[in-house]
Amino acid sequence: MHIKQQETERHTLSVTVDNEAGVLARIAGMFTARGYNIDSLTVADVTEDDSISRITIVTTGTPAVIEQVVAQLDRLVNVHRVIDLTERGNFVERELALVKVAGTGEHRIEALRLAEVYRARVVDATTGSFVFEVTGASEKIDKFIELMSEIGLIEVARTGVAAIVRGKEAV
Amino acid sequence: MTTEMSGADILIQALNDQGVEVVFGYPGGAVLPIYDALFNQQRIKHILVRQEGGAAHAAEGYARSTGKPGVVLVTSGPGATNAITGIADAMMDSIPMVVITGQVGTPLIGSDAFQECDTVGITRHVTKHNYLVKDPAKLGDIIHEAFHIATSGRPGPVVIDLPKDVQVATAPYRRTNVNALPHRGYKPQVKGDLAQIEEAVELLANAERPMIYTGGGIINSGPGASLILRELVRLTGAPVTSTLMGLGALPASSPHWLGMLGMHGTYEANMAMNKCDVMLCLGARFDDRVTGRLDAFSPESKKIHIDIDRASINKTVRVDLPIIGDVGRVMEDMVKLWKAKELRPRDLKPWWATIKTWQERNCLAYPEKLDSGEIVPQLAIRKLWEATHRQQPIITTEVGQHQMWAAQHFDFESPNKWLTSGGLGTMGYGLPAAIGAQLGNPKALVIDIAGEASIQMNIQEMGTATQYRLPVKIFILNNEYMGMVRQWQDLTYGSRYSESYSDSLPDFVKLAEAYGWKGIRIETPDQLEQGIADMLAHDGPVMVDCMVAKMANCFPMIPSGAAHTDMILDPAQVSGVMDDEAKALV
Ligand SMILES: Cc1ncc(C[n+]2csc(CCOP(=O)(O)OP(=O)(O)O)c2C)c(N)n1
Ligand SMILES: [Mg+2]
Repeated sequence: MHIKQQETERHTLSVTVDNEAGVLARIAGMFTARGYNIDSLTVADVTEDDSISRITIVTTGTPAVIEQVVAQLDRLVNVHRVIDLTERGNFVERELALVKVAGTGEHRIEALRLAEVYRARVVDATTGSFVFEVTGASEKIDKFIELMSEIGLIEVARTGVAAIVRGKEAV
Repeated sequence: MTTEMSGADILIQALNDQGVEVVFGYPGGAVLPIYDALFNQQRIKHILVRQEGGAAHAAEGYARSTGKPGVVLVTSGPGATNAITGIADAMMDSIPMVVITGQVGTPLIGSDAFQECDTVGITRHVTKHNYLVKDPAKLGDIIHEAFHIATSGRPGPVVIDLPKDVQVATAPYRRTNVNALPHRGYKPQVKGDLAQIEEAVELLANAERPMIYTGGGIINSGPGASLILRELVRLTGAPVTSTLMGLGALPASSPHWLGMLGMHGTYEANMAMNKCDVMLCLGARFDDRVTGRLDAFSPESKKIHIDIDRASINKTVRVDLPIIGDVGRVMEDMVKLWKAKELRPRDLKPWWATIKTWQERNCLAYPEKLDSGEIVPQLAIRKLWEATHRQQPIITTEVGQHQMWAAQHFDFESPNKWLTSGGLGTMGYGLPAAIGAQLGNPKALVIDIAGEASIQMNIQEMGTATQYRLPVKIFILNNEYMGMVRQWQDLTYGSRYSESYSDSLPDFVKLAEAYGWKGIRIETPDQLEQGIADMLAHDGPVMVDCMVAKMANCFPMIPSGAAHTDMILDPAQVSGVMDDEAKALV
């Protein structure tokens, strides 16, 4: 017997929650308990009194699973609102990465040239290495890292995705 | 100015303000301040169980039979972990429950202190919500919110983990207004969308083959929901089936009643689900035990699903018309709309004629006698029903064949009389649940229909019944097997009875006597009626050891992963082995 796999989609969800102890464990734990995927998760409080946090989750699953993820998140007592940005459309998504690259001579020059194309900033430099800061959609960062790996990639730190709907309205 | 009280006193005061009458608990180091506060008051009755698991199931039985939340009080570490099965059970079956667990003092949390465990972490996925209280000033609000969350929306268990220093420290307490509770985001939707309800009513009125499928949500919605269901059934003329959890919402004597559906449901209920053109699902959740093979589940029907839990919608079965709201309220609106629009059902005679042909299969028939001379288990249940049904008894069960036979052959006429572990399927539920039900309904006849294996899982609670003079009855269908396991081994594993024999059983009659109960043994069919009469005549707890046919299996049955139409009606159809795909299904 073999276990069958189904077609999946990538969705970005925006979740507003009460900013209190344990809320992240509840959300992350719900994903593991129900066998859902988290591709990335970012969290920070976003109100002046620090009472509400905004969590951005990127998840993949079949359409039915995504619908369940949203409903299950909504069911948690500390969750105020869940918005499936991918479903809604018209939103911007950004991620920041720090990319460490080592090399000398031609490699160094090539790294700087590529960084310029990707509008990556140098935030640390030694004679043998650079740390670049690059922001953008996840695919752009993936691509940048892929190029750097041919040059001398040492390590990467990524923030995960933050996302917001375009236009003047708040969601 | 409000005077300051200790955390323990705040707890007792808040429980009083919530109208709590009974607490099921067990003391220990981390809850001693609370037990001392209990000692100084009379209003709350504390029931000392014999194991914390018993406390949680007793609270479930109390809640399910009274409609009020069950309350549990246990110590930290092992007290909390022992209660977890009952908490998980309440989560699966949507039982309102508030569990207070002691915790080591806040400075010790995280240090692997004596009897410390991460109760909030461990119970996170088996509770509707949980709290670790670090500030006594917040305790009052948290307790009130816990009751609100446990009882509103889709009910469920809520755990409050209370460190010992928070029980001792003082703070002011005021009775909280529910609208001022900490979690403003929690707002269950009670009223359904009227446009959708209108659509639902139209669909039903135009159905040629309507079918109503009810679940535990109707019981949770309160007795009013069961009454309005009767009205809805009368107006629409539709046949009705129910899940295990929803039995009693519609009286079994109703001409519209087709019996339970699902794995051990009736032929007519499952066939009607398969062939209907409009399905109205009321507070049920399309559980795998109910649907059978999903791609063959009711292929021709438009499905209307009414549920208070949005996450239950489209979880396993895609529905055409979801309505989120309290099932009782939505049914009320349906009835109102139906009447206002002066709707009439279509001619349902052909549909009922088809149903009649299924009913004529008489799928629940059983032999009255066996050549072996053994007692037929279904007959034992039926005799128990005959002797007791006029008293409207509360029936609890353990888990196994006896549970399914009870569901099939004991008829319920009203809600809150049938207490069984449906979602989690917890052996050991029945006895403590019966104790809780008896406490909530002191005058009622409460019977635990048990198996000889299950009853041993919480047998220690016999002592609790003795202590509080609770006249609960345990009726064991003793087949000397974990019958349901043996049945699956018959069906799937070529009758290789791996570890399913109940060896070294105690003498249940002597055991009963040792606990101060009356013990009765029924060994032959001719002793059945007298044995039951003796059980009922005794004014106190009774354990009946009813020896039944050892190898009987429970039918009808839809093997897991099969369609409703592939029902096994009698043992001769049993094949004995299954392929790996079938074996992989639970
Ligand atoms: C706590 C727990 N452990 C294991 C099971 C699996 N299980 C389901 S039914 C059953 C056998 C029950 O035997 P008995 O109580 O004698 O009931 P019978 O089926 O014979 O009527 C078992 C082991 C369970 N449901 N619950
Ligand atoms: Mg048995």
